[in-house]
Amino acid sequence: MPNVLANIFGSSPVQPLEKHMDVTYRCAKQLNDFFPAAIAGDWDKATAVRDEIDRLEHDADDLKKEIRLHLPKSLFMPVPREDLLELLLVQDKIANRTKDVSGLVLGRRMRIPETIADAFLVFVERNVDAAKQARKSVRELDELFTAGFRGAEVDLVESMIEELDRIETDTDGKQAEIRAALFKIEFTLNPVDAVFMYKVIELTGEIADMAERVGRRLELLLSH
Amino acid sequence: MEAELIYIALAALFGIFMAWGIGANDVANAMATSVGSKALTIRQAIIVAAVFEFAGAVLAGGAVTGTIRKGIVDADLMSGEPELLIYGMLASLLAAGTWLLVASRKGWPVSTTHSIVGAIVGFAAVGIGIDAVQWGKVGTIVMSWVVSPLTAGFIAFLIYLSVQRLILRHKDPLERAKRYVPVYMFLAAFTITLVTILKGLSHVGLTLSTRDAYLLAVVIALGIAVAGAFIVRRIEPDRKAEKAQHFYTVERVFGVLMIVTACGMAFAHGSNDVANAIGPLAAVISIAHTGLVSSKSAIPLWVLLIGGGGIVVGLATFGRHVIATVGEKITHLTPSRGFAAELAAATTIVIASGTGIPISTTHTLVGAVLGVGMARGIEAIDLRVVVRIFISWVVTIPAGAILAILFFFVFRAVLP
Repeated sequence: MPNVLANIFGSSPVQPLEKHMDVTYRCAKQLNDFFPAAIAGDWDKATAVRDEIDRLEHDADDLKKEIRLHLPKSLFMPVPREDLLELLLVQDKIANRTKDVSGLVLGRRMRIPETIADAFLVFVERNVDAAKQARKSVRELDELFTAGFRGAEVDLVESMIEELDRIETDTDGKQAEIRAALFKIEFTLNPVDAVFMYKVIELTGEIADMAERVGRRLELLLSH
Repeated sequence: MEAELIYIALAALFGIFMAWGIGANDVANAMATSVGSKALTIRQAIIVAAVFEFAGAVLAGGAVTGTIRKGIVDADLMSGEPELLIYGMLASLLAAGTWLLVASRKGWPVSTTHSIVGAIVGFAAVGIGIDAVQWGKVGTIVMSWVVSPLTAGFIAFLIYLSVQRLILRHKDPLERAKRYVPVYMFLAAFTITLVTILKGLSHVGLTLSTRDAYLLAVVIALGIAVAGAFIVRRIEPDRKAEKAQHFYTVERVFGVLMIVTACGMAFAHGSNDVANAIGPLAAVISIAHTGLVSSKSAIPLWVLLIGGGGIVVGLATFGRHVIATVGEKITHLTPSRGFAAELAAATTIVIASGTGIPISTTHTLVGAVLGVGMARGIEAIDLRVVVRIFISWVVTIPAGAILAILFFFVFRAVLP
């Protein structure tokens, strides 16, 4: 039997949003296993990791659809519905980029040139760090709702976003360095491989970019 | 003599049926907030509800019962035909009970209070005559249905805003919660006891001077606040749980507060809603006994006891299940939010009960929940449901009225 008091509460998007970010981060984290395998030429292992990435990206997609479905226009919320949906969208892009870059590398059986391999792995790690920091910030959503988006909790989240920005800036610097190193050796590579190598670097760097945009979206919520 | 017995027996039967329905259904709304926020287990909620619903019904339910019994219909008009009022009151009870049964089957958000008032107005206007209804009083009651959710919403808004300002937005919310929660306990206990003593207790034969009433309320409230402070102080932070949710321990402190407001809510509900069941019953008894349509006689205590008892039985039989279902669905209402809604609603309802106005406790609680939402305290409120509640306000009154008119003519034809 339906009840007035029970139905008046729409299903809250907060926990699902946090969960979605968690799945997205776990997806991006797989890159820390994927690239060492690819560099070592262990394609069996790389394929296994890529399957895990696929699965997690799929989970994130399902969660995304679920959240959208339960966020009708008739909901009255402390923050605009559009902002929450935007946040969801950029979170989801972290998983998408992870899937794209791993798919490209596996599909072409790409070998990362040895001279940039170490620097590249550090670069990947930093991108995953950015996603992790984004998850940490998104996890504060329920506390933000409880405190009504004011006060000490806001300061805490703002400091988390600042840290996220620092990580993103760091990945930008590393990305430039790797591109410069690649430029120096690109004449030794097959031209098509060289072009796709630049593409891999770009896609990987977008993970931190998307993580930073998660931060921007959170900031927008704070400003209401 | 025989007719008198039949009247009273029928009225008692219908009255108990109503009281049972209120206990089975309505009480869930009053208690589910506490269960949903895990401040109380279902078993504890049942016990709290049983004790305080009963106390509210017996101690403070007199004034509203009086209004339902004799405030809506102009008794002087019927001094020639007292049995008309008996048929009408029986019809109203049966109509409201039937409508509630149908509506809750269909899942419509209807109010017990709206049904019974609609039913009484209906039979009086059509069965007796337009002039038989005291339209001024009815106007006041209907106005209160708009005013009470608004009032509760406004109070809830202020309370939750104060909770955010004083506690949740600071770096040391736990320390602050421990400091301020006893103050809220004092406020909750003080308002409810004061209104009860001032407005409710006279019919139990207890009259205190205003000064004594204030004094007694302060003493009781202080006692509760001190006991609360003692319990709250012993709550230790749970670091592990706090890692996932910074407000975990803070909410546990509010959970203690919510036990107090839950008692208040059950008391308030009993004081207002018992009248819906026993108001008409009391009317029938007094007319049947004296053969007169009198607006003077007092409500016998045993009638209030029947009402309170009926609610408790309803609670014990079906209420448990409803509380569990509703409580499960409203977990969004954490103790810090839930207490604000409960305290605001309970205060509004107790004041209305004191002045004898029958209001819908569920609608008042819904207003209070919206108030917390307005303070940006609730993650998502479904406005479609709010609109449906609003529509039910309008629909329930004619529905109760039409059924009451039907039953009225049936009773007039069949009963002696």
